[in-house]
Amino acid sequence: MTTARLHYLICLKGVIWREGLRFVHQRERFIAALVRPLIWLLIFAAGFRSILGVSITPPYDTYITYETYIVPGLVAMIQLFNGMQSSLSLVYDREMGSMRVLLTTPLPRWFLLFCKLIAGTLVSLLQVYAFLAIAELVIVDLPPLGWFTLLPVLVASGLMLGALGMLLSSTIRQLENFAGIMNFVIFPMFFLSSALYPLWRMRESSEIIWQICVLNPFTYVVEAARYALYLKLNVEAVLVVALCAGVFFALAVVGYDAKKGMARRAPA
Amino acid sequence: MEAAKFGLGVEINGLHFAYGSKTALDGVSLSIRPGRFTAILGPNGAGKSTLFSLLCGLIASREGSIRVLGVDLAKAPRDALAQMGIVFQQQTLDLDLSVAQNMAYFGALRGLSRKDCERRATICLERMGLEGREQEKARNLNGGHRRRLEIARALLCEPTLLLLDEPTVGLDVPSRTGLVEHVHQLCADSRLTVLWATHLVDEVWPNDDLVVLHQGRVRAAAAVEDVLDKTGCADVNAAFAALTAATKQASSADAATP
Repeated sequence: MTTARLHYLICLKGVIWREGLRFVHQRERFIAALVRPLIWLLIFAAGFRSILGVSITPPYDTYITYETYIVPGLVAMIQLFNGMQSSLSLVYDREMGSMRVLLTTPLPRWFLLFCKLIAGTLVSLLQVYAFLAIAELVIVDLPPLGWFTLLPVLVASGLMLGALGMLLSSTIRQLENFAGIMNFVIFPMFFLSSALYPLWRMRESSEIIWQICVLNPFTYVVEAARYALYLKLNVEAVLVVALCAGVFFALAVVGYDAKKGMARRAPA
Repeated sequence: MEAAKFGLGVEINGLHFAYGSKTALDGVSLSIRPGRFTAILGPNGAGKSTLFSLLCGLIASREGSIRVLGVDLAKAPRDALAQMGIVFQQQTLDLDLSVAQNMAYFGALRGLSRKDCERRATICLERMGLEGREQEKARNLNGGHRRRLEIARALLCEPTLLLLDEPTVGLDVPSRTGLVEHVHQLCADSRLTVLWATHLVDEVWPNDDLVVLHQGRVRAAAAVEDVLDKTGCADVNAAFAALTAATKQASSADAATP
């Protein structure tokens, strides 16, 4: 391996290692990442199971409980929160300065941002599998093989949602502004998707909202995970997720460009 | 300053930079001599941090050029960055990580193997008086030692140019004095080119080179004694006051002219 290639590899390993250490040190973040979807699964789903009947729809072969239905949506929610939290840490890093250390590394900027993205995605995988383990233990039965077939989809969706967070962080100057974006991004994305209810039910209520749900990329994250968890491939969903990941990341790289994006704003 | 006589340092020509409609740097041209301690002195808002951000490629200017150690920053930013050690004004350590882990992370960013990084880290930490503290969390270091750790980290890749943007901000007087002495010594011992931004005149030593930056313009750029000769002042404090006051008067006169 050439020295230049080795540098890329060592840098990637370094960024992942640092993100891992930070994750270990921030136990509250890990616990919050688990508690949030578990509350939905154990409390919200228990309350709503009698109200929301779920008919047999693909990828399910039989009637399922509401808890079973929302598991993929909650998996996607974990990654959505993680993507946003990673970008929160980017804003925090930038304010605190350690993002500057990363961006002054003598490697292409897109690669440095990509390292960050990979590291954030790996952290989201840990969170998702910890959640699935508890869900399996307590309330739902998942196909054992689904744990493996889910993995590539989780990598793609983790990259997509991380890239979205990175794109948002490139437009935000201070932490205070970020709280607003969380409300305007996380909640609409989550509720206007198939995470909590099948889209056909939404269509019965409102054609317009259904249209928005269909256009929401997060719907495809949920569906890609749902199919993968039950050993099926939703090609359309996977393609949308991959395409969005590419577009969001390209825009984030532009956002972090020294000549264009956030860097040009006056220091606070 | 006659850069050509001393070989390659930093050459800045006609640099302009604005944040929207607000001009931060207005036609800055400078030559920084290699192997020298150059203090960039200016009040808050003079454009020092903007100049540093441009020098380390965090932002880019559409007007003017920067050559770092002979390398055009716009054309080969990575080659230029590879020769720089940078200490930012903001704290940039991972406080929950140990001293050694902070060094290891930076070494990885710079492509150092773990062994090489550990070897160099030992030398750099010793050089900055932090030997034996490798396993301590950065959070447990006092402000002065955190700054030293950042300098040790910046030295990890044996840079030829060390940039420090107001590194003494927030430090108590003894820590500040110690840090200023330490970096001057470092410059003298290793012939490192040091660019030190500050708004505190007592951080400038008589043998340093001095750049006075005010309202985005260079007011003076020469060895300290030459600046004193030119302004007819007895010390840097008086020269700095004279150079920045002259500007204020000129600005007032400009404003008064119909």
